[in-house]
Amino acid sequence: MSRIGVFVCHCGENISRTVDVEQVAKAAGEIPGVAYSCDYKYMCSDPGQTLLKKAVAEHKLDGVLVAACSPRMHEKTFRKAAESAGLNPYLCEMANIREHCSWVHEDREMATEKATGIVKLMVERVRKGKSLAPITVPVTKRALVIGGGIAGIQAALDIADAGHRVVLVERDPSIGGHMAQLSETFPTLDCSQCIMTPKMVDVANHPNITLYTYAEIEKVDGYIGNFQVTVKHKARSVDESKCTGCGVCMTKCPKKKIPNEFDQGHGMRPAIYVPFPQAVPNTPVIDRENCTMFQSGKCGVCAKVCGPGAVDYEQTDSFTVEDVGAIVVATGFKLYTIDRKPEDSPIQGYGEFGYGTIPDVIDGMTFERLASASGPTGGKILRPSDGKEPKQVVFIQCVGSRAREKGISYCSKVCCMYTAKHTMLYHHKVHDGQAYVFFMDARTPGKGYDEFWRRAVEEEEAVYIRGMVSRMYQKGDKIVVMGSDIQVGVQVEIEADLVVLATAVQAQDGADLLAQKLGISYDKYNFYSEAHAKLKPVECATAGIYLAGACQGPKDIPDTVSQASAAAAKVMTLFAKDQLERDPVVAKVNEKYCVGCFACKKVCAYGAIEEKEIRDRQGNLVKKVAYVNPGVCGGCGTCQATCPSKSIELDGYTDEQIMAMIEAL
Amino acid sequence: MHDFEPKIVAFVCTWCTYAGADLAGTSRMQYPPNVRVLKFPCTGRIDPVFILRAFQKGADGVLVSGCHPGDCHYMAGNFHARRRFAAFRALLDFIGVDLNRLQFSWVSAAEGGKWVEVVTDLTERVRTMGPMPEFKELEHEELWSTFAEATAGKSTGLNITGDRSQVLNTPELKEAYDSIS
Repeated sequence: MSRIGVFVCHCGENISRTVDVEQVAKAAGEIPGVAYSCDYKYMCSDPGQTLLKKAVAEHKLDGVLVAACSPRMHEKTFRKAAESAGLNPYLCEMANIREHCSWVHEDREMATEKATGIVKLMVERVRKGKSLAPITVPVTKRALVIGGGIAGIQAALDIADAGHRVVLVERDPSIGGHMAQLSETFPTLDCSQCIMTPKMVDVANHPNITLYTYAEIEKVDGYIGNFQVTVKHKARSVDESKCTGCGVCMTKCPKKKIPNEFDQGHGMRPAIYVPFPQAVPNTPVIDRENCTMFQSGKCGVCAKVCGPGAVDYEQTDSFTVEDVGAIVVATGFKLYTIDRKPEDSPIQGYGEFGYGTIPDVIDGMTFERLASASGPTGGKILRPSDGKEPKQVVFIQCVGSRAREKGISYCSKVCCMYTAKHTMLYHHKVHDGQAYVFFMDARTPGKGYDEFWRRAVEEEEAVYIRGMVSRMYQKGDKIVVMGSDIQVGVQVEIEADLVVLATAVQAQDGADLLAQKLGISYDKYNFYSEAHAKLKPVECATAGIYLAGACQGPKDIPDTVSQASAAAAKVMTLFAKDQLERDPVVAKVNEKYCVGCFACKKVCAYGAIEEKEIRDRQGNLVKKVAYVNPGVCGGCGTCQATCPSKSIELDGYTDEQIMAMIEAL
Repeated sequence: MHDFEPKIVAFVCTWCTYAGADLAGTSRMQYPPNVRVLKFPCTGRIDPVFILRAFQKGADGVLVSGCHPGDCHYMAGNFHARRRFAAFRALLDFIGVDLNRLQFSWVSAAEGGKWVEVVTDLTERVRTMGPMPEFKELEHEELWSTFAEATAGKSTGLNITGDRSQVLNTPELKEAYDSIS
């Protein structure tokens, strides 16, 4: 016979106003197996908790039911109290007679009857409850950072500085990401490379950071504290351990006219190359698709000139498995292009802008490269078609962004500011030039941002025209831009030499595929979803995975760096413990009855169910059964409702408990 | 007070509907007190057997409710529940249960009002339908066989032949059941 204690709370008058709490306590006392029952004004108060603890000791209670508010409110409080009285916390339950009873009913008699009914149900739950011990899982204190842009670099450096080991994986041959491509940064106009490249070097030199460039995530197994990540190292064709980064191969490569991705296709590079001079690591990679040696088998110049013999045409993709405890995803963004999209694409191109066929219509990132001192024009603003200096430049904001009819309804957040910056950079370099900006709104929240924008308008002579561009076309060597000025209410036509589009920030290519490997969720634009929009902006819903930067949504550099440091702090919090404790509400398999149909495995959203072999002493396979990894199990219980042989059970919500509650209806 | 107070059992998930019912409470909304809430981590945990058992144990109406599709705290539990209950409803229909007694609804943690609406609608609907006798008779059946087993070969001094329901309504016999069950 059980010895259960029932404590009925008045909650001041919140419960006692409509529920006869004394009557409920009395009725509870008559339930078989209830050894003690009482009512009290405020159970959650200190004296209330003391009352509970004393009763547990005095009446030798083996289970506690507190009939009060919602368990979502005070379950932790009372479980803690029960624990300090020497009871297993999972033998303490709450009957919700406030939110589900006294607050929603006015008839005292019926409310009292309902409260008594709820208590009866919950007593059965306590009676059939089991002691549960928190599950502990060891933590591998090594983090994986995916993406080597400013977000990944910041997160990796912070975690590494805290003394933990970090693996940084970057898809491209060099880290640096988009920030390395920028010329100057708003709102201070300091040179992007000047603030970026020292951080890149720090990453390369940090004793706690293992840097893998030209590598991708192949597979992710495991769970918080214990991930096993397979990294694919793409064949670089250059042995990183031998290469000294002297660069002779690049100067001798006979194929030199390949458009350089780093310069948005406006500069040229050889087939063996580093993306930009400050690349980290400074190890070249062979672009096999454009390399004569790989295409026709006749060349091999780079191998001949390489002193250390680092060029290796035979190299193949290789794989390593990294054990890590936490993952920071910092894969960044890509820019929208206005070209014609496939028929079935939800996002459309801009036919009115010529689908990207007019050579002097460029995007913001290309303008960054033209303005950059290390760019293809050496920092001179020269238009791509004929290399002339443009005297009239039209900037168009919100190209793709905030355009529901084109398939993207969000604001890309950074364009207002960088367009203002572009007009300034242009004005600084072409003194007799004129910049026009077509804009919908100027969105400049941020420290010093509005002042910066005002400077562009008021001091740097940029002409801002509120309205959108309806059409543009080539006329001789000019581009005719037709738009409207909705403030004045007139049509505007500008003959421009160069048009710069502030195109939308989009999720990186393959963002969805990576999310599927990681088991994290993403929105309809393929941006990764945080666990809570306001209170958990850094965590993923999948434990142990954190987000940093524009992979979660458009962000500027300060926001990206802040989020990266926040993600790093979350990782450090996780690594501060040697063992992770988690709620023991997880499924368990009764191996005796399990027939190994693995119906449970199919419905498990967490991949927590594994196949376990049962062997006899001679090592012969007896049968295969399901095994639930308690570290991975989320505790939903879908497996239990699915199991045809009823041999898997969710602790805390066993069939026995639920059936007993139904019996007490 | 009405002539008939139906017993409604709600099987709900803890993250959405239970929280939605809490919200109805904190917002001081009013609804009929006939409902008893059984909390589950997820609708995916709810075995159809529970629903049958609830009907057998006196429920006149059953509500199953969880997070909206796509909002499941456990990613996909409510999808499994939805599929399971679609099949289960067809089965109940086949064996002659009036499907108006069984309600599936999505109620999010922010939908206190919807919780009130769903519970009120179901309660009033079942009230007009009257009590549900079919499954309760099954319970008598179960008791009967237990009793017959326990009393096999023994003289109970009672006449247990004849119309079962009449026998079951005899107070002495009922007492005898209670002692063995």
